[in-house]
Amino acid sequence: MKYDTIIIGGGLSGLVAGVALAEKKQKVAIVSLGQSALHFSSGSFGLLGNIDGKPVDNPIEAVAALPAAHPYRRLGVDTVMNLCSKVVPFFAEAGITLKGDCAQNSVRVTPMGKCKSCWLTLDEFATAGELKKYKKAVIVSISSFLDFYPDFLAAGLKSIGLEASVVQVTTPEIDRLRRSTAEMRATSIGRQLRGNAIVELADAIKKVSAGADVVLMPAVAGFDSEEPVKELRSLVGTPLFSIATTPMSMAGTRMQMQLRRRFEALGGTYMLGDNVVAGKIGGNGTVEYVDTANLTEDHLYAESFILASGGFFGHGIVAEPHRIYEPVFGFEVATDGDRDKWFDRNFFAKQPYMSFGLDTDESFRPLKDGKAVNNLYAVGAVLGGYDALKEESGAGVAILTALHVADLIAKK
Amino acid sequence: MEEYQKENISRDNFEQCIKCTVCTVYCPVLAVNPDYPGPKQAGPDGERYRLKNPAFYDMALKYCLNCKRCEVACPSNVKIGDIIQRARLTYDKKPVKLRDRILAETDVMGSLVTPFAPIANFALGLKPVKAVMDATIGVDKHRTFPKYTGKKFVSWFRKDAPDQSAYPEKVAYFHGCYVNYNYPQLGKDFVTIMNAIGYGVELLEKEKCCGVAKIANRLVDRARHDAKINLDSIRHAVLDKKMPLLGTSSTCMFTMRDEYPHLLGLDNADVRPDMMLATVFIYRLVEEGKIKLAFRPDFKMRVAYHTACHMAKLGWNVYSTGLLKMIPGLDFVMLESQCCGIAGTYGFKKENYPTSQAIGNDLFKQIESLNLDVVATDCETCKWQIEMSTSVPVMNPVSIIAQALDVEKTKQLNQH
Repeated sequence: MKYDTIIIGGGLSGLVAGVALAEKKQKVAIVSLGQSALHFSSGSFGLLGNIDGKPVDNPIEAVAALPAAHPYRRLGVDTVMNLCSKVVPFFAEAGITLKGDCAQNSVRVTPMGKCKSCWLTLDEFATAGELKKYKKAVIVSISSFLDFYPDFLAAGLKSIGLEASVVQVTTPEIDRLRRSTAEMRATSIGRQLRGNAIVELADAIKKVSAGADVVLMPAVAGFDSEEPVKELRSLVGTPLFSIATTPMSMAGTRMQMQLRRRFEALGGTYMLGDNVVAGKIGGNGTVEYVDTANLTEDHLYAESFILASGGFFGHGIVAEPHRIYEPVFGFEVATDGDRDKWFDRNFFAKQPYMSFGLDTDESFRPLKDGKAVNNLYAVGAVLGGYDALKEESGAGVAILTALHVADLIAKK
Repeated sequence: MEEYQKENISRDNFEQCIKCTVCTVYCPVLAVNPDYPGPKQAGPDGERYRLKNPAFYDMALKYCLNCKRCEVACPSNVKIGDIIQRARLTYDKKPVKLRDRILAETDVMGSLVTPFAPIANFALGLKPVKAVMDATIGVDKHRTFPKYTGKKFVSWFRKDAPDQSAYPEKVAYFHGCYVNYNYPQLGKDFVTIMNAIGYGVELLEKEKCCGVAKIANRLVDRARHDAKINLDSIRHAVLDKKMPLLGTSSTCMFTMRDEYPHLLGLDNADVRPDMMLATVFIYRLVEEGKIKLAFRPDFKMRVAYHTACHMAKLGWNVYSTGLLKMIPGLDFVMLESQCCGIAGTYGFKKENYPTSQAIGNDLFKQIESLNLDVVATDCETCKWQIEMSTSVPVMNPVSIIAQALDVEKTKQLNQH
């Protein structure tokens, strides 16, 4: 089987690279070992929120302060800025509506009611800046839905000066799910919210939101598209925003499906539930093909390959007690010496292992014995040199490196 | 270096479950039936309890379709569907219902009914008969049984098929119950294509039902008995006679490749790589430049491809869709990959009918919205479900290729 580009990994970075290349008329295949970390999305994307514990106000200005091996430094500040300007329209093509500014971080509200900085936020969610405009909020939670914490949220909103009361609602459609509350997740509620079920929910919300100037509810609507959210907003009338739930994330699941749908509509091939088990690097340092678990008798050939296989969670990097490596091509991941230096015993401290990942050249090509592989690129969480958690930069690195590598491949 | 357990030692990779829950998002049953505990609870979570005490077995596991979409979604390679099915086979001690036995014995039923096909088809289509079956044994009255053929595929092949002995290269064909008893045309289409590209067809010495329906209905000893007979014949064909084993049903192929070793404990590693769908075999030959296909210039068809659940698990839709896309007159649409709801005998059972139709609802709507000539799928039970629930006819990719193929020209291109 022959493609222009084969992408290993079908999460945020793999899909962004895949869509970008398919838009440029490339024949692209994505091989994805199961579903991705995008299903845990908060509904916001971080670009750069924190350096060494200090909050970042303007991510673009802050790039220069990052270490030289950081993916943003590899891109360079001009490229970062240029790529950032493309992101909102890129996602809009997939039906994903984002708001935000790369030169000015905004503040998102977490499921626990905490305020954290971010770059882009889905239109359905409220940023703290938007919420400050209101005086009296009503938090509408759903009876028996366990992945939403209205009292924590109310306490958090108080800290930004917004008084909030908490009420519960349900509708007949949603109530059916209470037969199994343990499985009553945002996504299972989202599946029910179509057609008349939205009208019923809107009626229930209207009944309990009199006197409030803003309604906040868990992000459970919009299974197939953003339409159910828009419909709910228009039916309720009072300004209504979603608040992130703990996983599963309805908004993240939807983004995954929207990006995949866009990729396939552009002619891309998405192989879900298959696993790239090996890659063949020829004598001249060029990847010739990869092999997968399902297509045992065939090699998958391409001009270019992208590793978008994720970090530890996605198995893009594998840790054994005394070795950390990339499993497809067997790249060694440089670590800070002995195992006991990989982590800090203080769980909440900056953990060294979070920055472990592939080392690359300027073009994001992984190094094998100090030499870059000719036609292989790494994007997203498989890269080293940054700490997505502490920096709040995971989505930014995933999206920008994917767009950049897609540009490099298309220009070849 | 201290000692550590390097490899996962649990069956079905169940220790690798990190409780991420993503399987539950893609479970077609959980989405419509809250009485089902979902793949995570029914699978790896429940397994922890069942290993302590089998009394923790939950009868609601019977709602599992065995579609394996949880396994396809799992980022940690946990064999969630296998865990659930194995639990059903191990812990559910209730006697198997008469209705389930009848539904599961697809080949016995086929042999009994085909001599009386016109009468049987007529009777099974009658409303009073449907009502009686609904009331007495619990086969849902909304279902239409696939029509039985008056002349089995095997009889046609032995008596009326073109002579296969002249071809120097041969393939073995696993026709399955559906081709044999219900729809011999698909088998004839397969023979047409294979002959056109220069291959002769042989049947297995002995062919039994693949066993998917028996496994689903917990008739595991019957399934294993048949599976052993199939494997013996397949070994003879593949190892002794050096023929690949080809099929035209994704579920038969999936069952024999993966359920035999995983659920029936039958090792098939020596022949597994040689067992494949016809579309896989043909696609590879085209790709390797060993054969050429010539298509009729007047062929025009707008086709949407539906990925059957077991096809998604096999990961083989790239082959079937790849072949369809080679047909110049074929306007191709990819349907969103989701379960149609039938899951073999599952949807025929009265208690599952509403769940079955609710699962497929989004798919049916998408199909109706696309202005299609045909839906293509590699699974026969998906065909019944989609034809019953939409206005669009459903064809196996092999039959579409046979229709589109310029047989004479293809024969000339592939003379060995």
